[in-house]
This record gives sequence, C-alpha cells and structure tokens, in this order.
Amino acid sequence: MTAGAHPTRRIGVLALQGAVSEHASMLSALGAEPVLVRRPEQLDGLDALVVPGGESSAVARMAARVDLLPAVRGCIDAGMPVLGTCAGLILLAERVVDAGALDGFDRIGGLDVTVRRNGYGGQLASFEADVELDTASMHVAFIRAPIIEHVGADARVLATHDSRPVAVQQARVLAAAFHPEITGVDRLHRMLLSLID
Amino acid sequence: MPTERVNTGLARMLKGGVIMDVVTAEQARIAEDAGAVAVMALERVPADIRAQGGVARMSDPDLIDDIISTVSIPVMAKARIGHFVEAQVLQSLGVDYIDESEVLSPADYVNHIDKSTFDVPFVCGATNLGEALRRITEGASMIRSKGEAGTGDVSEAMKHIRTIKGEIARLGVLSADELFVAAKELQAPYELVAQVARDGELPVVMFVAGGVATPADAAMMMQLGADGVFVGSGIFKSGNPEARARAIVHATTHFEDAAEIAKASRGLGEAMVGINVSDLPAPHRLAERGW
Repeated sequence: MTAGAHPTRRIGVLALQGAVSEHASMLSALGAEPVLVRRPEQLDGLDALVVPGGESSAVARMAARVDLLPAVRGCIDAGMPVLGTCAGLILLAERVVDAGALDGFDRIGGLDVTVRRNGYGGQLASFEADVELDTASMHVAFIRAPIIEHVGADARVLATHDSRPVAVQQARVLAAAFHPEITGVDRLHRMLLSLID
Repeated sequence: MPTERVNTGLARMLKGGVIMDVVTAEQARIAEDAGAVAVMALERVPADIRAQGGVARMSDPDLIDDIISTVSIPVMAKARIGHFVEAQVLQSLGVDYIDESEVLSPADYVNHIDKSTFDVPFVCGATNLGEALRRITEGASMIRSKGEAGTGDVSEAMKHIRTIKGEIARLGVLSADELFVAAKELQAPYELVAQVARDGELPVVMFVAGGVATPADAAMMMQLGADGVFVGSGIFKSGNPEARARAIVHATTHFEDAAEIAKASRGLGEAMVGINVSDLPAPHRLAERGW
C-alpha cells in the first residue's frame, strides 16, 4: 500500500470506547489518516471505518444515546468498507446468541453470522494464537473473545483457528473474533484499505 | 492461558470506559445496564469502610460468584496489598482482574504481591510514577492513580494524575545519561524508565480513581489524559445511582464536549455527601498505603 498513489485515505475509528488508539496507530503506519468517530455526522466523507474491540454492551449503550450504530449500518449499505474486531464483530453480526446485556439496543447488524459473546470464557481463557488467513498464518490475541458459531450463506470464512471460523468477510465488511492490533498484525487493515474504490 | 500481552490487552479494551464499585449482584446489574465496562466487586464501598472502620478484606466468594453470573462485562475484585492468598482465591473464582488495593487493609506493610506468578491480570494503585513502575515491575497489567477513595473529593485524583503525567513528561526531556539517575530517584528499573522516556507513556493503561463523583469530575480526568475512570462510592452512595452511573459514562465518552457534559449533569439528585481530604487526619488517608 503506497501513500501518494491516491489522496490520503480517511479511515474512521469508532471511538466511543475500547482499543481506539491502537487501530488509529496502525492506520497511520499504513499511510492513512485515522478519524475518531463519536457522533453520526463524523461518518461523513470517510473512506472506510474500523469498529474496534471494547465492551460491546457498553459501546451499544453509548452509541444509542447518539443514534450512531444505525448510521454506521447506513454507511455499510452504501458500500463503505468496514473492519470490526472482537466487540466490533459482535456489533456487526446479524445474530447474537445469549445477547443478554445487548437486548433492546441497536447493533450494526447485517453480517450473516451467529456469534456468542465471551464464547471462550473469562479472562483466564484468553490466549494468543496463530490463525490461518488464506495460506499464511498470523499471530493474534483472543481476549474474552466471541465465538463465531455459524457462518451464513452471504458470508465467507477468511481465517480459522482449531478448525473454527475466527474471521469472515461479506462484501466490504471484514470481521474478526480476535485482536490483530494487540500483536501488531496489519493484514486485515491492509485488506480494508484495498476494499476502498 | 493469558499472556502478558493478553492481560495488558484486556485493559486496553476497557479504555474510554467507567469501572464501577459494586457490593451486590443487583448493583452489578445496574452498573452494566448504565454502560459500565467492568465492575469491581468488594465487600463495602470505600465511603462505608471509612465510616465503619475495622479491617477491610476480600469479598465473600459467594458474592463474587453471584456477580460473575449476573453480568457479561469483566468482573474485577479487590485483594489486600500483599495478600497473595486472597489473590489465589480470587483467581480460582475466575475473576477477570484483581485489584491489589489500598482501599482494603494492607496484609503486608513491606511487600506487594508478586503478580508475575499469576495467570489473572492485576491492577494496582499509584500516586506517582515510581510507584506505578514498581507495580508494573511486579507484574501489574494496569495502573490506576489512587486519588483518595471514599471521599467524593476529586483533588487527590487530580494531584496524582498530574504528578504521574508530569513525571513522564519530564523523563522525555532528559538526556540518555540522566536517565540512570532518574531510575535511581524513581526507584524503578532503568530499562522500564528508559522505555517510558522513549514512549512518553506508561507501557500499560492508566485509569484514574479515588474521589470521582460527578460527570464533570470524570470528564476532567479524561481531559487530563486518563485512559478511563473508576467510580467507587460516587455512584451507589448518591441519590439516584442509575441516573448518575449513566451520566458519568456519557460524560466520560464525550469528555471534550461541554454541552454533552452539561446534559449529563442535569437532574441527577444528590451527589454523595463527601469528605474534604484536607479534613482527613493522615492515618485515614488510604492513598498513603502502598509504596
């Protein structure tokens, strides 16, 4: 990815809560301009968006007070590339099993997968692992991660770990159960940039 | 098994959020519903520990089990400074973070827990940079500035975050040869001091604690560079915990937007009564526990 081949890409990072600066740094390192998004009007004019990890129940509540997630869905429907990690995956998923604290709050939705929050368990079950993306492996972190229980017909599996899907793609939406930013792996961010027209 | 990166990483996932002290499962549910990123389980909130006196210890495991089964957000719990068996018990209960906390009565006035021997991550309090770096050296995965818990007086929280941020900034202007003396004065390992001087920040997330009682208090801490906020007695010792919890979360998210902070500050009812830290005799200042 070379800067200069096109105007600097402006990539939003949903900044209500969570690992915001980590994603912003990775985007900067790839020559893009990260833009923190806390309100719907801040989505205007972005080339793509990252929905970082955090606590999905907290993010859903913070977003509801400013009606942010339906606006993100509007951007996706209009073709904006989006990358979601961990809580981002949960918010993008069309179906959440045992949603509990998310019930009654808008999510982004639209990604044809079923996920289970904290599917691996609490922090003592968090781990680092190599996952297979295409034919190359990458080292990433799973932190109180969701499990992708089912991948529907509209989505395709991008990466697996222990023969379980851990990253998926549907049109211009990329989503992962793990954190690439914690181990500094930028392959998904590069893919996101490559999905921009 | 969680690695160091995974444990410091969980704290990164909490950034921009509010962690609330709770003493019952019902309070934990209220906290989660208000948008807390985690709850801190303890036996009594600091204001009650202060009022009632006596030795304050780890919570009853039944209470912690109850809270873990009630909420989906991370559950933290407090162990006494140096009480490594309380920490072993909390780890066996499956808490997501242990707070080795000066709010409880210290079990050891010399040593802190060797946190590097645990799988579960720890958060520890600090009043200055040297203290923060010593805790990180012992294995803490997250730091919170101490403030003065259970007072509702934000002045100590202010003092501690300004001290830590100021000391970090000063390291940045020292020359390489001066960092050796800086490490000696901070009573922290040279490698860690040099790392902080180079990066301009701690290697772990730092929240603020101790005296935050209003939305404006929380937003001020965020403007001063906190990664997030702990609220102890400030919520459940106030007139309307649900509304105040929601309001503090909102002000923490939109900490640079005075109109949003104003909106969050309206109609919250009574704040916790509070104690001026300057009225507290030295032996009752919790921040002086730990070293």
